[in-house]
Amino acid sequence: MANNSGNTVARSFLQVASTEEVAPSLRVVQIEGLVILKIIKHCKEFSPALVTGQLLGLDVGSVLEVTNCFPFPIREEDEEIEADGANYQLEMMRCLREVNVDNNTVGWYQSTLLGSFQTVELIETFMNYQENIRRCVCIIYDPSRSNQGVLALKALKLSDAFMELYRSNNFTGEKLRERNLSWVDIFEEIPIKVSNSALISAFMTELEADSPITQCDYDRLQLSTNPFMERNVEFLIECMDELSMEQQKFQFYYRNLSRQQAQQQAWLQKRRSENMARKAAGEDPLPEEDPSNPIFKPIPEPSRLDSFLITNQIANFCNQINGVSGQSFNRLYLMKALQDS
Amino acid sequence: MAASEHTVLQFTPTQSSTSLSAKVHPLVIFNICDCYVRRPDQAERVIGTLLGSVLPDGTVDIRNSYAVPHNESSDQVALDIDYHHNMLLSLQKVNPKEVIVGWYSTGLGVTGGSALIHEFYSREVPNPIHLTVDTGFRNGEGTIKAYVSVNLSLGDRQLAAQFQEIPVDLRMVEAERVGFDILKTPMVDKIPSDLEGMEASMQRLLALIDDVYKYVDDVVEGHVASDSSIGRFISETVASLPKLSPSAFDKLVNDSLQDHLLLLYLSSITRTQLSLAEKLNTAAQIL
Repeated sequence: MANNSGNTVARSFLQVASTEEVAPSLRVVQIEGLVILKIIKHCKEFSPALVTGQLLGLDVGSVLEVTNCFPFPIREEDEEIEADGANYQLEMMRCLREVNVDNNTVGWYQSTLLGSFQTVELIETFMNYQENIRRCVCIIYDPSRSNQGVLALKALKLSDAFMELYRSNNFTGEKLRERNLSWVDIFEEIPIKVSNSALISAFMTELEADSPITQCDYDRLQLSTNPFMERNVEFLIECMDELSMEQQKFQFYYRNLSRQQAQQQAWLQKRRSENMARKAAGEDPLPEEDPSNPIFKPIPEPSRLDSFLITNQIANFCNQINGVSGQSFNRLYLMKALQDS
Repeated sequence: MAASEHTVLQFTPTQSSTSLSAKVHPLVIFNICDCYVRRPDQAERVIGTLLGSVLPDGTVDIRNSYAVPHNESSDQVALDIDYHHNMLLSLQKVNPKEVIVGWYSTGLGVTGGSALIHEFYSREVPNPIHLTVDTGFRNGEGTIKAYVSVNLSLGDRQLAAQFQEIPVDLRMVEAERVGFDILKTPMVDKIPSDLEGMEASMQRLLALIDDVYKYVDDVVEGHVASDSSIGRFISETVASLPKLSPSAFDKLVNDSLQDHLLLLYLSSITRTQLSLAEKLNTAAQIL
């Protein structure tokens, strides 16, 4: 009996050890109001400079809870300050742990200017974080859009398919077609939920001003969106320029490729005719391939990563323009109604 | 820190000798509540440092705070000074403009131990502000009070430290920007999008206009006594609408509409172009 039970225990243990846990995919990011306020304060104080900070929290099932955060000092481009930065981080985490704050890094936040955050550095930072933490998220806050009365907070993470592709560092067209990966698949946006402790909600309920209209309404109902739109369109134009440069690179590559193929064909023909002549003369045919010939060297295909990122940015700008235009329409019609009445 | 014999008097001033007042940002309150919720089990209250700056007109702007671990028994208070300095150094690396302006503690009223802590803080800053945040809601509401310490002395001998209350201005501007709905409820399912927020604002505006209409109607019919100051406000508001002829106004509105439509058109074209370019790029077959 004991043996049997011993065997069953051993087997089930082995089973458990062999089946890997399948981590549920991240579906929601739950942020505390405290974190939102901190992020807003930090980003606004230093705008238009771009700042970053670290997010702390807990990873629970399919929800990533962010319970606290701390800002990073503006990093100079100096080597010695790198060590300082790491020290700062350790120090902050240690101090926060003494007051019982969750000591677990779950990601980082950064501020952005008009939504132009899709850069290669972002992806690299993601990969760095992903090595240590299983699930990390990046929160992007846009202070310039928040002046319009919208809380421009987004939670992003890299999609898994893209991460694998990035690790293999291979962005040719074929690979992308295989995986069916397009530029929308690079970043995944995760919905955000906001939670507050009961104490804070009690305080806020009490401290809420009695007036029915708040500052955020003032911001939203402002009629002048021109400066914002102008900058948006400026950025859009710059990105289009960059995109057309990337397109030209591709064109150049394809032209080179077809030229090289034409050369290969011509060389092959020559070889074949030589071989025919040789056969007629009774000698051994020469090989039909000659790897040492420079025209056979494969031309590297340019990486599409940049064009994808630029495309992402452009899409973002377009979205923003759409959003702001929608709002402006509302405002204009409102004005019209007011004036008429 | 050892116990000493300071008696603490506390009364609300009829006229304050210093014209000091404090402005508290909502982040500070959030921080304090969060630290209170996370305090170690045996501590009854939380003590921490307040950071901020002193504005040119003398008011103290409190912008940030952090908790400091402390040990408290019936007559002794011990504060972890190293922690306090370390946090200060770290936070100042990020924002060197924020300096210590005082300290806070949760719980209503000022106790004996507070005088000692206040003395400690007054060694760091010339005139520290002591903020109490009543997390126990003892008066039926959460009271936030700020105090400054004034030394009562008789001749050369120092008798006591009096905590005088100073007015506190709770600037909730940032909280309003984020939206009280998000910060008030324990759980919000998603952040409202642009259009939903727009809708909410317009509804509020509409409600306000309705209120004003009702008020004016009531006054005209004699239900409500007329208040000339309100009347003046209303007439100012109505007069602030720019006086344009209807045709000029229409032209303005239409021009703006056309501009926005143009931008929308441009952005849709761009998106079409993007999807086209992407198809071409990845679908190109190498023969």
